[in-house]
Amino acid sequence: MLSVKGLRAKVGEKEILKGLDLEVGRGEVHAIMGPNGSGKSTLAHVLAGREDYRVTAGTVTFEGRDLLALTPEERAHLGLFLAFQYPVELPGVNNTYFLKAALNAIRSARGQPELDAVAFLRLMRERLKVLYLDDSLLKRPVNFGFSGGEKKRNEIFQMALLEPKLAILDETDSGLDIDVLRIVADGVNALRGLERSVILVTHYQRLLDYIEPDFVHVLAHGRIIRSGGKELALELEEKGYGWLGAEEAA
Amino acid sequence: MIAASPAVEAIVASEYEHGFVTEIESDTFPPGLDEGVVRAISARKGEPDFMLDYRLRAFRHWQTMATPKWAQVHYPAIDFQAISYFSAPRSKDGPKSLDEIDPVLLETYNKLGIPIEEQMALSGIAVDAVFDSVSVATTFRVKLAEAGVIFCAISEAVHDYPDLVRQHLGSVVPHTDNFYAALNAAVFSDGTFVYVPKGVRCPMELSTYFRINARNTGQFERTLIIAEADSYVSYLEGCTAPMRDENQLHAAVVELIAMDDAQINYSTVQNWYPGDAMGRGGIYNFVTKRGDCRGARSKISWTQVETGSAITWKYPSCLLRGDDSVGEFYSVAVTKGRQQADTGTKMIHLGRNTSSTIVSKGIAAGEGEQTYRGLVRIAAKAAGARNHTQCDSLLIGARCAAHTVPYIEVKNPTAQLEHEATTSKISDDQLFYCRSRGLTAEDAVAMIVNGFCKEVFKQLPMEFAVEAQKLLSISLEGAVG
Repeated sequence: MLSVKGLRAKVGEKEILKGLDLEVGRGEVHAIMGPNGSGKSTLAHVLAGREDYRVTAGTVTFEGRDLLALTPEERAHLGLFLAFQYPVELPGVNNTYFLKAALNAIRSARGQPELDAVAFLRLMRERLKVLYLDDSLLKRPVNFGFSGGEKKRNEIFQMALLEPKLAILDETDSGLDIDVLRIVADGVNALRGLERSVILVTHYQRLLDYIEPDFVHVLAHGRIIRSGGKELALELEEKGYGWLGAEEAA
Repeated sequence: MIAASPAVEAIVASEYEHGFVTEIESDTFPPGLDEGVVRAISARKGEPDFMLDYRLRAFRHWQTMATPKWAQVHYPAIDFQAISYFSAPRSKDGPKSLDEIDPVLLETYNKLGIPIEEQMALSGIAVDAVFDSVSVATTFRVKLAEAGVIFCAISEAVHDYPDLVRQHLGSVVPHTDNFYAALNAAVFSDGTFVYVPKGVRCPMELSTYFRINARNTGQFERTLIIAEADSYVSYLEGCTAPMRDENQLHAAVVELIAMDDAQINYSTVQNWYPGDAMGRGGIYNFVTKRGDCRGARSKISWTQVETGSAITWKYPSCLLRGDDSVGEFYSVAVTKGRQQADTGTKMIHLGRNTSSTIVSKGIAAGEGEQTYRGLVRIAAKAAGARNHTQCDSLLIGARCAAHTVPYIEVKNPTAQLEHEATTSKISDDQLFYCRSRGLTAEDAVAMIVNGFCKEVFKQLPMEFAVEAQKLLSISLEGAVG
């Protein structure tokens, strides 16, 4: 469903991705690991369509479409979702209202009827239950005044509600306690059950105790230098990134 | 490659919805202003002598005055001799029965979404429609009269209720108050008059819809609302004008009087033509609005949503004379393109235990420039007075500007004043976050702006809150490219 070939991207004049290849099939969970500065977050943002990153070479196809030709919102309409490493605060914008607007924007772009308030609330309650979330976050402005853990939970809740075909989690596990890690894992596993695909961008192996990836890739210096099964993550945990010649970038 | 950047910088002018011109034969005075014109306006209205005297006093005083220069707005000097001071659709001297209204006018108002045929009207809202210099229709007058409420064109009130007009006109905003108030007193041609008798709760929302149509014409309307003891009225005004290349002057005066325990809510949704992206044309909206909380425990609340006009210069104010009286000012002002606004309020605390609240939300986009200018004055006798002021500015893009100029004068040591101010920006991060959830940049801006203004919108009557929200979205359409 996602095919990345020879992707090169720059931030300013600095090349971050230097010829990256990645294939993600339906229902697969891929973990992308790597030291700081290896280009993990850049990959996540390039896939979501952030303009600050300039793609200089390569192709990305998603669901048969040229992803790089689409705006961020068109990518969301196609079923791409990015859980942000640093979720953005929207003061004054009610979280429930925001979610309803987002879901309906996606539905109407797909030619589906918009959900009315009643149907939306029903759906929301259902998803809340699956994730064992309480609804206090929904009455507050989007991410505004949320703790770090609450922001991450909110990202996962959005993901559960929007049911993307491909979710990219950008270091969603960083700085989380065990309880929130479980929620993240539940969210991912729920999607997986729906035959949806997930890319987990992570620095640590810890998250993979809760989510068993189908594939693990090591990203270093802007390319994937090694791919394998879940055992690769354990090996990394044991030996460190240096083992693959993928030291922390300068 | 990724499509064009949604950088907050890119500003595209959005379309002004109400920019059409109504083709109707009008009686329009030739441009120019002298005593003869003032007399002609009065004669045209068949006014009693006290009105002519009032106008002439105002005109003579105006001649001694100079245009105010202290506001942070920039525009070439206005040639007051190039403006026509009266324009009326032909053969419509004043409002007649609704059946007699020129169908062209009916169509104009329907196009604007203002139903002046009662059977089509929004339930529970009475409308006075002012077209250029005259009131063309006032709905639901009979129903209101049953409750004892007078709701009519001020030109009629001069004839039908001369004592009320004589007693109150100019008692809150004297003709000597400022340059534009003096000009208005001399040449005002119509506007709305509301009288709510003692103990009456006005059974419906009252509203006036102002429309400027004729070219080179100024609109000088006058509104007078009197709420007797223990009464309540909620009033809303809306404004639009055609798109024209030249600037047009709108210099209104609004006076509110609230007696003991009375409450007046006055809401404005102002959408005058703002001019084009280059700053050509648009309305100069130079307005004096003041409410007098004359009675004890009276309350006057101003709510304004200012999205239009090339230049806005207005400070709806409250004179808190009665003990325990309450003044409120809730404002959303939007400036985009080359629009300028210098707006705010004055809360003058004279009585004991008076309190006031000011909530001002300024949104600047494009090259828009705006200033919040507010005065809170606590007089020596106003023991126990309280004020809370909150001024928030939201910037969209890097070429706009927002200023806050609070004036505080306290002459009584028991006063409590609070002032909060914030400035924020819609960031690229926020836009990207919203877009990655499937929303367009425009939806995202509208959502953030509406969230920012929520506190003010909830003060508006329901139907108008929806309208204001829509207007704001349209107004900021294209504010982010």
